[in-house]
Amino acid sequence: MNSKEINKIYFGDVDTLNIFRHNRRDFIKKLGGGLIIIFTIGKYKAFAMEDEAEDNNEELDFNAYIRIREDGKVECYTGKIEMGQGITTSLAQVLAEELEVTLDSVEMIMGDTDLCPYDAGTWGSLTTRFFDPILRAAAVEARMELIKLAAAQMKVPENELKTEAGTVVKILDNSIKISYGALTKGKKIVKTINKPPIFKKINEYKQVGNPINATNAKLKVTGQAKYAGDIQLPDMLYASISRPSAHGSKLLSVDSIKAEAIEGVKIIIIDDLVAALHTNPTVAMKAQQAIKTTWSTPEVLANDETIFKYLVQNAVETSIVEEKGNLTTGFNEADYAAEFEYHDGYKSHAPMETHSATVQFDGDKLIIWASTQTPFGTRQELSRKLDMPLEKVHVKQVLLGGGFGGKIYGNQIVEAALLAKKAGVPVQLAWTRKEEFMYNMFRPAAVMQIKAGVKNDGKISAWKYQIYCAGSRGVNDFYGITNLRSALYDKKNIHPFGVGAWRAPGNNSTTFARESHIDILADKIGMDPLELRLKNISDAKMERTLRLAAKTFGYTSAKTGINKGCGIALGVDAGTYVALISEVEVDPESGVVTPLRMVCAQDMGQVVNPHGATVQTEGGLTMGLGYALYEDIQFNGGEVKTHNFHNYEITRFSVTPAIESVFVEDMESPPQGGGEPAIICVGGAIANAVFHASGARVHQMPITPERILKALKK
Amino acid sequence: MKEKIKFSLNGRPIELETDTSQTLLWVIRTELGLTGTKHGCSIGFCGTCTILVDGIAERSCSLTVKKIEGKNVTTIEGLAQDGKLHPVQESFIRHDAQQCGFCTPGMIMNAVGLLNTIPNPSHKQIINGMNDNLCRCGSYNSITKAIESAAQEMKGGNKL
Ligand code: FES
Ligand code: FES
Repeated sequence: MNSKEINKIYFGDVDTLNIFRHNRRDFIKKLGGGLIIIFTIGKYKAFAMEDEAEDNNEELDFNAYIRIREDGKVECYTGKIEMGQGITTSLAQVLAEELEVTLDSVEMIMGDTDLCPYDAGTWGSLTTRFFDPILRAAAVEARMELIKLAAAQMKVPENELKTEAGTVVKILDNSIKISYGALTKGKKIVKTINKPPIFKKINEYKQVGNPINATNAKLKVTGQAKYAGDIQLPDMLYASISRPSAHGSKLLSVDSIKAEAIEGVKIIIIDDLVAALHTNPTVAMKAQQAIKTTWSTPEVLANDETIFKYLVQNAVETSIVEEKGNLTTGFNEADYAAEFEYHDGYKSHAPMETHSATVQFDGDKLIIWASTQTPFGTRQELSRKLDMPLEKVHVKQVLLGGGFGGKIYGNQIVEAALLAKKAGVPVQLAWTRKEEFMYNMFRPAAVMQIKAGVKNDGKISAWKYQIYCAGSRGVNDFYGITNLRSALYDKKNIHPFGVGAWRAPGNNSTTFARESHIDILADKIGMDPLELRLKNISDAKMERTLRLAAKTFGYTSAKTGINKGCGIALGVDAGTYVALISEVEVDPESGVVTPLRMVCAQDMGQVVNPHGATVQTEGGLTMGLGYALYEDIQFNGGEVKTHNFHNYEITRFSVTPAIESVFVEDMESPPQGGGEPAIICVGGAIANAVFHASGARVHQMPITPERILKALKK
Repeated sequence: MKEKIKFSLNGRPIELETDTSQTLLWVIRTELGLTGTKHGCSIGFCGTCTILVDGIAERSCSLTVKKIEGKNVTTIEGLAQDGKLHPVQESFIRHDAQQCGFCTPGMIMNAVGLLNTIPNPSHKQIINGMNDNLCRCGSYNSITKAIESAAQEMKGGNKL
């Protein structure tokens, strides 16, 4: 992938040049002394930092700084945010490795729009893939510069020096050394990366590849970690908002007389935004409940049962992902053909922390603490909506209580800011769980239609694939099917409410469908599903990943015992290859599924922090069981009937099986995504396991007991 | 409906004049300024707001302040003693049992409450005792291991 493509994925079409320029100059000015390295994403480019005249040529392509302070501490400034995916630790680890400093001397400053350079947002498992190499490059550059400084100061040739734990040391005489801090003291050196660096060799790594526990764990276990709703400011009011019951409603009338009578309550109405505010959140809520509002109700086009038919009837073909050979030929060659439609309902991100924001107007500045995956996007949106200059809006760093794609969007921030402006005091808005379920940007419902043909020898000869509303991510064929057509169908505003990116967007739905269908083909010709997969896979990485999974699992056959079975699913996401084998037990009377075991093999290139990758994998698989078995948004038109965890079951302790996570050894390849991939195979692996355990083939997620019993009756 | 109420919070006596029909969760977070106790669902479904009342794990979102008159309340901030972390906290760090960390205070308080009641729990008892605490990041297996290891270390002692 070239830098242009990376930039496109990374920055989308955000116009950021101006934001960015302002930001950099400001940043350099604000910083104290030390050695500062500025680095770019996607390419190595010289910035004429000292020469402002050349500034015109500057492009939007660097997105972090590191600074070696005079006290030897290393600061890394990045616009990325931490939401539990562990990059605070993995990035610090990479930096410490290449710079030759101890991990605890690295401080990560993240997601603060005044301190950090522009960043489009934290999503799509992009951080490790694209960010990591340049962070390394910057660290290498810094280390070279430090050696140069030391050589001059110690009067020793550069090639007789090495670096070690924050010092430059003479190779032949360990007693002659100087610390990084001493080298940068009293100086302010600004450097940019201007040539591809020489990285350490794999066998020289001291930290990368070592399991390291998260560096910010202590804050989290002591309750000191600060999330957006934990910020408390003098005179702050808590806001509670009146909501309609359905999306697309318009406000008709408001009667707030009763609410206004409550002592200390402030009622604010801005267009359709009706809120009660109070210094006490409980009182604000009570007052809000006393407000009477009426709303227009939009037309109901579909509900949670009719939606699939609705999508198929209304979506149009938007693009072809892949087309090879000739389908007619392929089906003629086939000994068996199978055709099915797969359904997947809407899912919520349901992070434990609801969307929250605390905002404060300080003079002419707007300061924001918010649970957002896009601090810079937030700044831009607020600047536009409140008609304020960009540099007057400051989004500060806080932790996120989970994101999973759901906090890319954050209307709570706009609501809080509008209210704060009108109220003239700081405002905090934390959505209730009901609001969280209502205003979530859902993972879209999807329909996958597959017709495929297979020969008696197990070769898949034809594959006709029609995907409604799940997009193209992970759709490319790795089974080497010669006659194939995969097409996408979608339409703008086809869904009854907002939809968006949900951990590995689209790939959960499509992987479920494809991998279910592969097992159906194997069953048709009486071949073992592992064997059929191995017979067809055309990608060496996928093959070795599957073999590793099968070996680790100890796979012998899909049926593993009475009412027990295991299921395989394969997929590719964010550059990572995933093979999952999960075993379940199905109670034939009740249809209840008990997950027994999950073994996941992944090829994610170089694993920067194996422990972190394992945590992320386990997390993804655990979360994935929820969408496979339980999660389903109930709705009627724009009215979301799912309000809280009592009618939106997510994975719990009692259903989480033993999980084993293994990685293909591949330290020489660049690191790939780790936060999302593992989750994509859960639906398919569970569906197949349920089939082998019970004989029930369920073509719709979640795979509920009712659906299993219904399939068994067939 | 303001009333005077006395209780102990993290070992310190508290005297408040407040509307005692409010839930303890919001009083702890706002009037008492301790934000380690989290709000996740407001109606007892998620466990992020778990605290200890006289050593027993309770959902602070479902408890009115009135009910804690004269009782000992412990929040996540009060678990460490003299700067030393509670064995369950230590064990959570060792097992990397938190990702985003939002469920963590509730998980830890619920685990401590569980160990107070059942000092040497079986695996099954841990799962049952923890089952109503939700973690969207999916850290359940690490949390279970962390609790098992803490229980072993505490050997039935360390009552709060
Ligand atoms: S906030 Fe109390 S249980 Fe969810
Ligand atoms: S660690 Fe994020 S919810 Fe548990």
